[in-house]
Amino acid sequence: MKGDELLSTAKKTPLYTKHVEHGGKIVEFGGWLLPVQYAGILEEHHIVREKVGLFDVSHMGEVMVTGPDALAFLQKLLTNDVSKTVAGQIQYSPMCYPDGGVVDDLLTYCHAPDKYLLVINAANIDKDWAWMVENSKGYKVELSNISDSTAEVALQGPMAEKTLQKLTSFKLSDIGYYRFQDNIEVAGKKTLVSRTGYTGEDGFEIYCAAEDAEEIWDALMEAGKEFGIQPAGLGCRDTLRFEACMPLYGHELSAQITPLEAGLGKFVALTKADFNGKAALTEQKEQGLARKLVGFAVTGKGIARSEYPVLSDGRRIGTVTTGSFAPTIGKNLGLALIEASYAVIGQSLDIEIRNKPVAAEVIKRPFYSRKEK
Amino acid sequence: MSEYPKNLMYTKDHEWVKFEGKTAVIGITDFAQSQLGDIVFIELPEVGREVTQGEGLAVVESVKAVSDIYSPVNGVVVKVNAAVEDSPELVNEDAYGDGWIAVIEMTSEDNELLDYEAYARLVEEEGGH
Repeated sequence: MKGDELLSTAKKTPLYTKHVEHGGKIVEFGGWLLPVQYAGILEEHHIVREKVGLFDVSHMGEVMVTGPDALAFLQKLLTNDVSKTVAGQIQYSPMCYPDGGVVDDLLTYCHAPDKYLLVINAANIDKDWAWMVENSKGYKVELSNISDSTAEVALQGPMAEKTLQKLTSFKLSDIGYYRFQDNIEVAGKKTLVSRTGYTGEDGFEIYCAAEDAEEIWDALMEAGKEFGIQPAGLGCRDTLRFEACMPLYGHELSAQITPLEAGLGKFVALTKADFNGKAALTEQKEQGLARKLVGFAVTGKGIARSEYPVLSDGRRIGTVTTGSFAPTIGKNLGLALIEASYAVIGQSLDIEIRNKPVAAEVIKRPFYSRKEK
Repeated sequence: MSEYPKNLMYTKDHEWVKFEGKTAVIGITDFAQSQLGDIVFIELPEVGREVTQGEGLAVVESVKAVSDIYSPVNGVVVKVNAAVEDSPELVNEDAYGDGWIAVIEMTSEDNELLDYEAYARLVEEEGGH
């Protein structure tokens, strides 16, 4: 038995003591000490699907972009068409290198055409910041990395709205999917609330000052008691996003994988004016993709894991990007980047697990989508 | 609080062994299952396979981790617990009972096992209780 992770010089979020109080099993993730689980990954996974779970996502990075050229700068920086967002709207976008590889994927919160909030992945904060600063040359914009002063919690699950509504006078049903409201009081504290998440469920992400995080956490845990709320860790955050087939940077996206290969073409606005990666991505689209991301089910015995080879008739045709037992579906599923000619629903594949080929089949993505009310 | 039954022997890799004459029943300890979390897959060895001490015997997978189970003794696998293949959670629920993994008929008496007191000390050193 091996595999315990060492705790190093990683940072603590403003909610660290809450995680310890709740019995969280702390691991290092992206330079942060965070709970991988409290009661157990499977239990927390089902709580989020069926009731409501509370995640600390304070490790995520936040960058404010302000100034007269804010929109023009983001149009250059991001692949999606930021001009389509209106105040109060959120947009998902990859951020590419000129060669089409991905620096990071992020959410853009449009406050106004001269003010945007970017929410970026924890492990990429330093790299993204350097990239943004470098790319901002020549634009009248001010960038401000507010990651350390900002805390963020994600309240996710079918009972999320009922839970949060108890703590605010703002009518939450007025916040649509991928919309947000700034300056809302939650438990008496000033917050920004968005209807977003990384679980495939309805839910909210609540941004607040780091010093208010503990009070908001406690208030949410108390408000959600009657709905069966539980704190939820990184372990189920990953299984939940995996079932919903939301990409995870470092797995489905990387400097070596383009958004088109990852099946994120609808977030790449090839028709807009020049942006980082436009030429490379346009060429890739015109020439046809050599490899594509697919979902698969392991039909033999075993669990596919990230980096396992994908084979066809003994020949390597790709690599697993994420693989896991899928708790809601009850099967061993995976995502893989494979040669495009094999990316057909029903295609038989083999996953090489401990040097043995194990049968798998390409299936439809996403693996899970919630039923609309 | 992990348990360490007194009638079992242990390895530093967190397997347990129960000797019954010439055979040894093998499983993973309560501490091991609690560290792994929810177990969702177990790869059992083939019956008839010859194993030497320290060699990979089975694989236990939790939601996040893949862990090798090493054979604590030299011998031949004579029986495996098919129930844990279908219901891997048995290892979480009853690590020393229904969650056993394999039975080995020993070909030698050599081993480097720990008694329950020595194992309890080892767990404590690794930060368990």
